[in-house]
Amino acid sequence: MRLYNTIMAFIDYYQILGVTKTATDKDIKSAYRKLARKYHPDLNPNDQEANKKFQQLNEANEVLSDAEKRKKYDQYGENWQHGEQYEQAQQQQSRQQRSYGGGGQAFDSGGFGGGGGDDFSDFFQSMFGGAAGGGGQRRQAKYRGQDYNAELQLSLKDITESHKQTLTVNGKNIRITIPAGVENGQTLKIAGHGGPGANGGPGGDLYIKILVSDDQRFKRKGADLYSTAKLDIYTAILGGEITAETMTGKVKVKVAPGTQNSTKVKLKGKGLPVYKKEGEFGDLYITYDLQLPTKLTDKQKQLFEELAKSSA
Amino acid sequence: MSAKHLIATTDFCVYHQLEHTFITGLQEAGLLQITIVNNTPHIPESELHKLERMIRLHNELDINIAGIEAITHLLKRIEDTQEEMRLLKNSLKAYE
Repeated sequence: MRLYNTIMAFIDYYQILGVTKTATDKDIKSAYRKLARKYHPDLNPNDQEANKKFQQLNEANEVLSDAEKRKKYDQYGENWQHGEQYEQAQQQQSRQQRSYGGGGQAFDSGGFGGGGGDDFSDFFQSMFGGAAGGGGQRRQAKYRGQDYNAELQLSLKDITESHKQTLTVNGKNIRITIPAGVENGQTLKIAGHGGPGANGGPGGDLYIKILVSDDQRFKRKGADLYSTAKLDIYTAILGGEITAETMTGKVKVKVAPGTQNSTKVKLKGKGLPVYKKEGEFGDLYITYDLQLPTKLTDKQKQLFEELAKSSA
Repeated sequence: MSAKHLIATTDFCVYHQLEHTFITGLQEAGLLQITIVNNTPHIPESELHKLERMIRLHNELDINIAGIEAITHLLKRIEDTQEEMRLLKNSLKAYE
């Protein structure tokens, strides 16, 4: 049994289940069922808080639904930290009684033995020796391993093509392929790479949430990209060519004469790859931002004045 | 479908200590797809994850098939809503 060299808070199992200390087995079972239905991980997917709460409920139920464990828990109550000294005293007394031919019965703290108490609190493991599954039925049950959740940060550039990435999860290297065009916030499921199952149950799954960073140059909407490009007044009026940025490099774009401010042009196929549709790409929409000259030379001013007169 | 991706329902029931009527009940409710091979019902591997979740709901929470049907329907709606919300959030970003 571990030593009480760390501070562990007393856990009020009655409070967790919302029952009084005089609650019957039926009351406890009913309270557990009611709360388990609320917090069961299958009913609250990807909800860490609910998962934690469900583990607490299981732990409380494990103790209070087992007569022996409940007795021990009730016996020590908030003074559970002194439980070990109490047990040692009891055992010593018992040994003395046996040596004198007495029939005293030592308290067997290992009676709740069994493995797999990883999901249980330090408090539980200190008191009951890390045993989950004291009841006969639970001992046989196969449990699927816990699902793991992870996040992976990628840039917009990263998702322009599929690429393989090696992740380390619990000391194991997992090689995964991130498909091109994956959405921000999308979750990829890697089956069987979560926590190990208990009692021969299957392993859990690994869920990787993809977070795609914002890009200063492009806004994304699905596979389409949006950007703005500065356009000088002369090219806007007379037409010409500008150089525009795309995800794969710079391209030349023809500008029609008389192009207005905020005109939007589409560069077909210059967006992002469409998720899991090989060879399909979104489009890039460029909005022109017309730049008016702010400092004119005398000559330029004169020319504009002439222009204004001619069009009046 | 290859036979190696199928599990005989009888084997599955023995392994999980399940009544066969539970499996047929799920099938009748449209919650589980069963494949017949050589006149023997089999569970496709692709249905296992979903089926095991339904078994947990039944065994751990005492939920009957009607309840499982309602929960499955609501979970699907939650998933769809979350997916829609994610797509809308991403679309909104384009206008920020």
